[in-house]
Amino acid sequence: MVFSFRTIILREIVQRKGRMISGLMAITLGIAVIVAIQSVTSVSRQVVAKKLDLLGANIMVLPQGATIDDYYTADVDAPTFPEEYVERIVTSMIPGVDNMSPKLSRRIKIDGSSVILTGILPMKELASKPIWQASGLIGAELELACAPSENKESSLTEADLKAVRKIVDSLRNDEIWVGSSIAERFNVKTGSIFPIEGQTFEVTHMLPETGTIDDNRIFAHLHVVQKLLGIEGQVSNIEIMGCCSEISDGLLGKLRNILPDTRITTIGHIVNTQLETNRLMAKVALVLLVIIILVGSFSIGNYMWANVEERRKEIGTLITIGWGRRHIYWMFFAKAVMLGLAGGILGYLVGTSAAVILGPYLAGLNIDPVLNYLWWSILVAVMIALAGSWYPIYRAARIDPAIIMQEI
Amino acid sequence: MIDIRKLTKTYTRSQQQVHALYDVSIKIEAGSFAAVTGPSGSGKTTLLLSLGGLIQPSKGAVNFNGQNLYSLSPSQLASFRNRTIGFVLQTFNLVPYLTAVENVMLPMLPLGGNGADLKKQAVNLLDRLGLSDRKDFFPRELSIGQQQRVAIARALANEPDVILADEPTGNLDPALAEEILDVLEDLNKNRSKTVILVTHSPQASARAGIVLKLREGMLVS
Repeated sequence: MVFSFRTIILREIVQRKGRMISGLMAITLGIAVIVAIQSVTSVSRQVVAKKLDLLGANIMVLPQGATIDDYYTADVDAPTFPEEYVERIVTSMIPGVDNMSPKLSRRIKIDGSSVILTGILPMKELASKPIWQASGLIGAELELACAPSENKESSLTEADLKAVRKIVDSLRNDEIWVGSSIAERFNVKTGSIFPIEGQTFEVTHMLPETGTIDDNRIFAHLHVVQKLLGIEGQVSNIEIMGCCSEISDGLLGKLRNILPDTRITTIGHIVNTQLETNRLMAKVALVLLVIIILVGSFSIGNYMWANVEERRKEIGTLITIGWGRRHIYWMFFAKAVMLGLAGGILGYLVGTSAAVILGPYLAGLNIDPVLNYLWWSILVAVMIALAGSWYPIYRAARIDPAIIMQEI
Repeated sequence: MIDIRKLTKTYTRSQQQVHALYDVSIKIEAGSFAAVTGPSGSGKTTLLLSLGGLIQPSKGAVNFNGQNLYSLSPSQLASFRNRTIGFVLQTFNLVPYLTAVENVMLPMLPLGGNGADLKKQAVNLLDRLGLSDRKDFFPRELSIGQQQRVAIARALANEPDVILADEPTGNLDPALAEEILDVLEDLNKNRSKTVILVTHSPQASARAGIVLKLREGMLVS
């Protein structure tokens, strides 16, 4: 290798690697934590967005006493309210309501096993879930009162949005659809006869696995379910597809006015817990970033300070033999950049590996490496290294060679 | 020619002014071999630092061929030192993690140039000082005499006109000291270098054509 300033920097780093490693570790670990949190948060955000896409409807009317901790189970075993509320909404002519799908859901026991029986209305029920469409459960396209609003979180295209806004067109009184978990547990197939509460039904559709509580649902006609459960004319929730622009213009308030004894909420509220978690993670990441910048800068600064002190005689000698301040600056700033580069790359590798390996266990998420984070890691690490190093370097360039000679 | 005019360097210690040098005027012709002698604290090192552009005098001027060193900017002064002056120090001050040849190349780096050519020059210098077989040795692997010869080679790296040596034989036994003085004398006689030597040693000052004696910061002879 040709001897150059770079040779001096690398040789010195290798020569005194013990102290350098401790300084580098602070940056590496800091960047690793940030990358790991960002990787998890990013995937979690995508998962929430995907769930929003899958839900289709964006407003839910629930009884006053219902819990809304989880969208998927909000309607299960909730108190009920009259089905005629659907008509009340229709006759009120409130603009921005595209479609309504009333439901009644209850946990029942079949052969000692708990399942959720959900009544839906054909021609009303949104085949909102893309996997339902994949199963051939979609019917006529729904006429929308307004164009779908832009959802920045959504990964759906306009064509996808059109596709999800279709309705289920046929569900006879003696037909049921079963979730994948039910099908597996009770060993039923399309065409099987399945008894529920003393009445027999034909399984006409097997729903693909969704990974949600829907896998444990049996869907039947709403009015049949009401009779079976002995609560005729009652529903546990109404899913509404509302225009996002109307929602922001007070659609929820208008609905609350005509349905005062209900709880009306948007999906945004329902999935709020998950969104809040993501926001919290982002805040934690930001706080950690600030701490890491401070700790990393201090750690690198401390290392560089010690390095400059240790090399006073050497720096004095270099100045004596004709090195200018700019050469001293260059030598130390280049060293800081090298440390930042190494810390950024190592931090990215450690953080990404941790997220990929531990993500499925700790957060239930499959995480893929994000290459963009590598550039950010390098940029942040280099800036930390430079911020921590500037003062020791400033001092190094101002070492008085006369003092070095007098120390001899 | 080096022309030192009314050079004074004053330090303030414990609220008292101390003259490290006081009103010193000397003229040293190019190609001279001068020894600066005197007891400890007489101002020898201060004079050497002033000659090397490493310490700002309180009064007076140091002219090299008519150019006052202290009228130069810091970067010009660094460049002047790099090209015109070679320093040989008592404790050699070799960079411990660089080999002998890399140490010799250190003054060449600010000037730039082809790395292979620079290395060739450095190897030639080591060869002239009898160290060609030690060029890839680290300082810790060299004897004290060899380390000082590497330091001399480093001082000659940019072919300076002037060699400033601060007690170059101070850490050496008499035989090695003779060897190093031979090298400096050879540089003076055969390569026309101006050598200015700060020393306590009568053996060293005996080699010089000019002997400058300092006492309490003043030139006494």
